Amino acid sequence: MSADTTTAKLTAKDFASDQDVKWCPGCGDYAILAQVQRVFPEFDVKKENVVFVSGIGCSSRFTYYMNTYGMHSIHGRAAAIVSGIRATNPELDVWMISGDGDSLSIGGNHFIHLLRRNFNVKYLMFNNQIYGLTKGQYSPASEKGKTTKSTPYGSLDEPFNPAELALGAKGTFVARTLDRDAKHQQSILKRAHEHKGTAFVEIYQNCPVFNDGTFFIYTEKESKMEECLFVEHGKPMVFGANGDKGIKLDGLKPVVVDLAGGASVNDLWIHDETDRTKATLLAGLFDNPAMNPHNPRPFGVFYKENRATYEEDLINQINAVKAKKGPTPLDRILSGDKTWTIA
Amino acid sequence: MDTIEKKAGRQIDVKHAENVVIRFSGDSGDGMQLTGTQFTDTSAFFGQDLSTFPEYPAEIRAPAGTVAGVSGFQVNFGSKEIYTPGDAYDVLVAMNSAGLKSDLHKVKKGGIILVNTAGFDKKNLNLAKYPEGADPLNDGTLDGFTVYKIDVTKLTKDALADTGLGMKEIERSKNMFVLGFLFWMFDKSMDYTIGFITEKFGKKKEIMDANIKALKAGYNYGDTTETFTTRWKVDAAKMAPGVYRQITGNHATAIGFIAAAEKAGLELFLGSYPITPASDILHELSKYRANGVKTFQAEDEIAGICSAIGASYAGALGITTSSGPGIALKGEAMGLAVITEIPLVVVNVQRGGPSTGLPTKTEQADLFQALYGRHGEAPMPVIAASSPADCFNAAYEASRIAVEHMTPVMLLTDGYIANGSEPWKFPSASDLKPIKSIFTTENNNPGGKFLPYKRDEKLVRPRVKPGTPGLEHRIGGLEKQDETGNVSYDSANHEKMVHLRQAKIDKIADSIPLAAVESGKEKAKVCVLGWGSTAGAIKTAVRELIADGHDVAHVHLRYLSPMPKNLETLLKGFDKIIVPEMNLGQLAMIIRGKFLVPAESYTKVQGLPFTVEELKTRILQTINSK
Repeated sequence: MSADTTTAKLTAKDFASDQDVKWCPGCGDYAILAQVQRVFPEFDVKKENVVFVSGIGCSSRFTYYMNTYGMHSIHGRAAAIVSGIRATNPELDVWMISGDGDSLSIGGNHFIHLLRRNFNVKYLMFNNQIYGLTKGQYSPASEKGKTTKSTPYGSLDEPFNPAELALGAKGTFVARTLDRDAKHQQSILKRAHEHKGTAFVEIYQNCPVFNDGTFFIYTEKESKMEECLFVEHGKPMVFGANGDKGIKLDGLKPVVVDLAGGASVNDLWIHDETDRTKATLLAGLFDNPAMNPHNPRPFGVFYKENRATYEEDLINQINAVKAKKGPTPLDRILSGDKTWTIA
Repeated sequence: MDTIEKKAGRQIDVKHAENVVIRFSGDSGDGMQLTGTQFTDTSAFFGQDLSTFPEYPAEIRAPAGTVAGVSGFQVNFGSKEIYTPGDAYDVLVAMNSAGLKSDLHKVKKGGIILVNTAGFDKKNLNLAKYPEGADPLNDGTLDGFTVYKIDVTKLTKDALADTGLGMKEIERSKNMFVLGFLFWMFDKSMDYTIGFITEKFGKKKEIMDANIKALKAGYNYGDTTETFTTRWKVDAAKMAPGVYRQITGNHATAIGFIAAAEKAGLELFLGSYPITPASDILHELSKYRANGVKTFQAEDEIAGICSAIGASYAGALGITTSSGPGIALKGEAMGLAVITEIPLVVVNVQRGGPSTGLPTKTEQADLFQALYGRHGEAPMPVIAASSPADCFNAAYEASRIAVEHMTPVMLLTDGYIANGSEPWKFPSASDLKPIKSIFTTENNNPGGKFLPYKRDEKLVRPRVKPGTPGLEHRIGGLEKQDETGNVSYDSANHEKMVHLRQAKIDKIADSIPLAAVESGKEKAKVCVLGWGSTAGAIKTAVRELIADGHDVAHVHLRYLSPMPKNLETLLKGFDKIIVPEMNLGQLAMIIRGKFLVPAESYTKVQGLPFTVEELKTRILQTINSK
C-alpha cells in the first residue's frame, strides 16, 4: 500500500482489507459488503479520508473488512463516536455500520439524536430482525409474537418501524433497500453518499442461522414484484409482477388500485421525496405480509431534505464569534479580567 | 493587639486579626453568593490571602425561608497563608431565621452574629421550624455572642424610598446594604463593588444607582450608628510577589484544558452532559468558540464520552466532564479508550454518593471507581487536584499524560474545590511545560503494512489522524494482536497485551515528580498522607502541630496511578502513617495493600470537608498512641 493509491483509479479490491471475512455462510452481510466495496471507487473521495465506524453485532464487524480508517466501537455508541469525528474533522467521509439491535435497542438514544442533529454521516442499518451475535433473541424490529430463545412463548412487544422512527427523529434522508438486490442497493448507497446530512439506510438483511428467510417474500422473485413497492421521486407508485397495481391516495389513506381493472396511472400517488408528510405515510406502509389483504412494502428513498448539518452550523458559529471578537490570547485567558499585584 | 479609634466622641474598639471567617447565610433569593463573592474579591484586591466555600441547596428554588433553602457563602481571609475556608465562623450574617438556625452551631464562642430582624417575624420563624413562640433573638439562644440586630429590610427601604423603584427591586438591594456595613466593619474600600455594580447594571441606571446607594447606606450606617463599637483590621498577606487572580476549581479546570490544547497544538473538544457539580466546566468552555473550542452537549453521559473518543480519534484533544453517577455510565467507553489507546481526559468532580446521593455536597468516595471502575484489566492514570487553583495544573497535567502516553486519564476533583475559590498566581503561557503531540505520517514498517500497535520506548503506540494517506487501519474494542492491531483471540497474545497496557501506564511514573514532604521532615514520627481536596486542611493542621513542637509530616498525592516511584521508600521512613479521607478509607486500603505498611485510616463522610480542628485532634491521637 502506498500513498499514490489516493490518486490512481481505485477498484472494489482496494477497499477490501486483508482480514478474512468471518460471517456465517450465506449471511446477507456479504452481499452488503460487496456492494459497498463496489460503489466506493465511483465516489470522488480519497480512500484515506474514509472512516467506517460500527457498534457491536454481526453487522458491526464490517469495519474490519474495509481497507479504510475504521473503528469497531461499543454496543450502540457508534452514533456518538461519529458525531465527535465529524465535529472535529468535516473533511472525513464517515460511514456508520449498525444493526437493528445496535441502533434501535441499546443505541436508540444516540440514533434519534444523531438524526435530529444531522451530522453528515452515511448510516447503514442492517436489519435482520433478530439478535445474531448473541445467538438468536428477538430484536426491537422482530414482529410481535416472535418465538426465539428468549421468548419461547412469543415476544410481547410491538416492533419499531425504523423508517418511521427515523422520520420522527427529524432524519433528513431516509431510505430502505435489500441485501439481495445488488442494483437497488447500489443506487441507494450512491444516493446516500450524495446526501449532505445523516443518510439513514435500512437494509433488509437475511440471517440464515437465526431468522432465515424472514425477508424472502421481498427478495425472491416468486413474490418480490407483488410485495415490493419501489419508489422513485416524481414517479407514480406502480408495483405488481406485471406493473398492474398502483397506490392511490384517498385523502391521507394509501389504497391499492388495480390498473388492469380500470384504475388510471394518472390517479396514482406520485412519489415526492421532499414531502415529509407523504414520506411519513409511505414509511407507514408496514403491513405484516401474512395479513390478507395487505399493502406492499416500500423500498427506495422515502425522504430527502436539505438542512444544515450540525458541523456546518458549528463551524459557522465559531467563525461568526471569531469575526465578532477574535480569539482570546492564552495569556488573557489565564489572567482573566481582574488581577491584582503583590509587590 | 487591639487599638482604640476615636470618632466624634465615640470610642471604637479596633480588633487586629490574622484571619477572619465570615459566613453569609440567607435564602437562595437573598443574593448571598454575590455578596460573598464581592466581599472576597475586595479582600483579594487588598492583598489578603483567602479561601471560599459556597454551599447551595440541591433544589433550585427550595421553599423560601426554610432551612433546606439556605444558600451559604463562607470566606476565610487574612494576613497569613490561608488554605481552607475555616472551621468555625467569626462572623455569621443571617438574613433570616433559617440562616441562623442552620449555621449558629458553627459560630465561634464570642463571635459576631449579624441578623436581619425582618427575617425573624412569626412567618419566618415558622418556616425555619423554630418551636411555636420561640424567639431566638431574645430568649437567650444568642447569649455569649455579640449580636447586631439590624432591620436591614426597613433600612434599605428607607434609603431607597426616593428612588422611585418598586418594593421588589428595593428588597433585592438589601444584600448591598449588608455588604456596605461589612465593608465598614472590616475597614474595606467600596470601590471594587461600585465598579462591579456599574459594569453589571450600567444599562439600567436606576438599578445601578439603587445598589450603590444601598451599599453606601450600609457603610454609613456602621460609620454613624453609635451602637457599633467594634471594627476589625486585617492586614494584607505576605504572599509571594506576582500578579494574582481569583479562581474557582471548575473555572481552573476549564482553562487548564484550553492551555493544554493550545500548548499541544490540538483542537479542544468537550463532550459532556450537564451534572452537578461539574456543569460549570461545560459552561466555561462553551464561552471560547472564538478560540475554536468545540463543546458538545451530548444526549447523555455515554454520548459525552463517546463523542470525545470520536474527536480524539479524529485528532483533537477529547475531554469529557461529569460527576460520580455519570462516570459510572461512562465505564464501558473508558474501556474502549483503554484498548484503542486513544488520548482522552475524563473529569470526575466528585459528589456525595452512591446514586444521586448528595449532589451539592463533597466527597472523595470515587477513588476506587477511578482506579478500578472498568471491566477487565483496564488501567488508567488517575490524578487528583488539591485546591481550586491546582485544578488548572491537574487538568493540564492530565492532558499532557493523555496526549504523550496515548491513554485515557481520570482527573479527580470534588465539589469542595470545584466551587471554592482562592487567589491564584497564574502562570504565563510561556511558562507552561510543553506538551508533545505527535501524529505519525510515515509507515513504521517499510515494505509491509503499517503497525498501529508497534510501541516506542515508552510503550506508546503511534497516533495517526484519519486522512493520512497510506496508513489506513482499523482499531476497536476486540483484543488486538500485538503490533498489527488486528483482531486476535490468541490466549498468549491476550496475556501479553494485558501486561503491555499495564506496563505502559506504569512507565508514566518515569515522567512524574517524586513524592516529597509538603511540611515536616522525612522520617518524621507521624506522616499524614492525603490526596485531593483535603490538602488545605491537612497542611494547616500539620503546620500548626509542627509549630506546637510535634514531629509530624504531610505528604500529599497528586498521582494516584501510577504512584511516584519513591513513595514506598518515603512512607516506610515514617513510624506511623495516618490517611484522612472523605470516604471509608480507600487510599488507606491501597497503601496497605501495595506497600504493606500499617496505615491508619481516618474518615469523614458527611458531605463536608475536614475541619482543621478535627484533623489536629485525630493526628494528636496517633502522635500520642504507643
